[in-house]
Amino acid sequence: MTEASALYDIPGPRTRQRHFAYGVLSTVVILGLLGWILHLLFDTGQFTYTKWMPFEYKGIQELLLRGLGNTLKAFAIAGALSLALGGLLAAGRLSDHRPVRWLATVLVEFFRAMPVLVMIFFVFVALKVQPLPALVAGLTLYNGSVLAEVFRSGIGSVERGQREAAFALGMRKSQVMAHVLVPQAVRAMLPAIISQLVVALKDTSLGYLITYEEFLHAGKLIASNLDYDLPFIPVVLVISPIYIGMCMLLSWFAGWVSRREQRSPKTEAVDVAAAAPGTLLPGGDPPTAPGP
Amino acid sequence: MNVLTDNFSTYGEGFLGTVELTVYSSVLALVLGFVMASFRVAPVGSIRVFGTAWVTVLRNTPLTLLFFAVLLGLPRFGLVLPFQVFAILALGCYTSAFICEALRSGINTVPTGQGEAARSLGMTFGQTLGLVVLPQAFRSVIPPVGSTLIALAKNSAIAGAFSVTELLGTYKTLSELGYNIVWTFVWIAVGYLIITLAISALFNVLERKWGIAR
Repeated sequence: MTEASALYDIPGPRTRQRHFAYGVLSTVVILGLLGWILHLLFDTGQFTYTKWMPFEYKGIQELLLRGLGNTLKAFAIAGALSLALGGLLAAGRLSDHRPVRWLATVLVEFFRAMPVLVMIFFVFVALKVQPLPALVAGLTLYNGSVLAEVFRSGIGSVERGQREAAFALGMRKSQVMAHVLVPQAVRAMLPAIISQLVVALKDTSLGYLITYEEFLHAGKLIASNLDYDLPFIPVVLVISPIYIGMCMLLSWFAGWVSRREQRSPKTEAVDVAAAAPGTLLPGGDPPTAPGP
Repeated sequence: MNVLTDNFSTYGEGFLGTVELTVYSSVLALVLGFVMASFRVAPVGSIRVFGTAWVTVLRNTPLTLLFFAVLLGLPRFGLVLPFQVFAILALGCYTSAFICEALRSGINTVPTGQGEAARSLGMTFGQTLGLVVLPQAFRSVIPPVGSTLIALAKNSAIAGAFSVTELLGTYKTLSELGYNIVWTFVWIAVGYLIITLAISALFNVLERKWGIAR
């Protein structure tokens, strides 16, 4: 383990041997488990040609791609609208006027407490709109309110002196916000924003439940086809890696941004040169230069 | 108003269904999350990899896809259970990944010195874990676990769309009976608010009792 933990001591030679034995044992168990699942898949005939045949047809491939496109379309619209709504609600919550602040707080708290699916169904069933607008509306209301909280806490985390200094320079309220607070806050909250967008991407799959023709819906169409012997498991095996891969990519991006933000420019600017050979330094070995 | 009074039993059934789903899946998620968290901090490499893979995959799986795979996929292997059990399985496994991360970061907040001090006093591993590390981790873990469980209660609405008896599913019955659809949804919303507010109140009490004074 790289990081020290409060739980375990640094292992000695005997403990290391024991851990090695445990490692071998658990690897065998995990591989056995995987093998059993694979055996089960073969045993129930999930890898027969008939079940995988549909993926060779152009029509089916196009159906899947169209579904994927629809998923991404819903994600793009819902993402952009949630960012806008989040900004609006955050501005409302930070407003100087009490009624505005109060209204924004009620809206944010209500939409955060509601399941997304209830909102989507409400828009879809009660307001009788098309599936795509219903899905986008539900996702926007929920993710917009969550993002509003992210924005608000981001603005709140900027040091108070910054705001005071900007006001002292004679800036107006909106100028302070736009030129001083927001640019600093965005840096800190970018990872949280991207993580919330991952949630939005995952939740686009709820469109399946209101018959929006997205990726999962396309999968379901193929899976319920009797001609191919109901290829349910093959469909899951094909679409889940794509879904999970997309979300992982976005999560990884959030992690990357957050690691980048944590790099402090102050400590990086100092480039310690390696001591010239033969230099005598107090306290033992010459320091090595920090890695790139 | 009469939407509620006329159909109190339908709403009650749905409400209880959601509560049941939430409680059972919470228990499963907490147990599984604890196991996975202990896997992720284990000193054995392959167990750690297994825990990490579990968390990474499940955190990035859309819950609808998981429901789809579990409710419609597992019967293909000859595993036939009531839909409610499948729903609990899917919800519990999904949430366990988030619980695991909350617990792990809780364990990581305990300073290394605490464990070192415990060991230098001659405490065994079990004592270090039970008397020193876990009590401290527990205190910082209360708020994130609470918000994860609230999310679980909200996610249970998806089960309704897969024909498990729960609160959101009642809208179908009521709209077939010709009741005003907007009021139907108002009472569904109130039902969910009661559940989420109850969980959040419970965790506020826990936090006040055991949480870290900040």
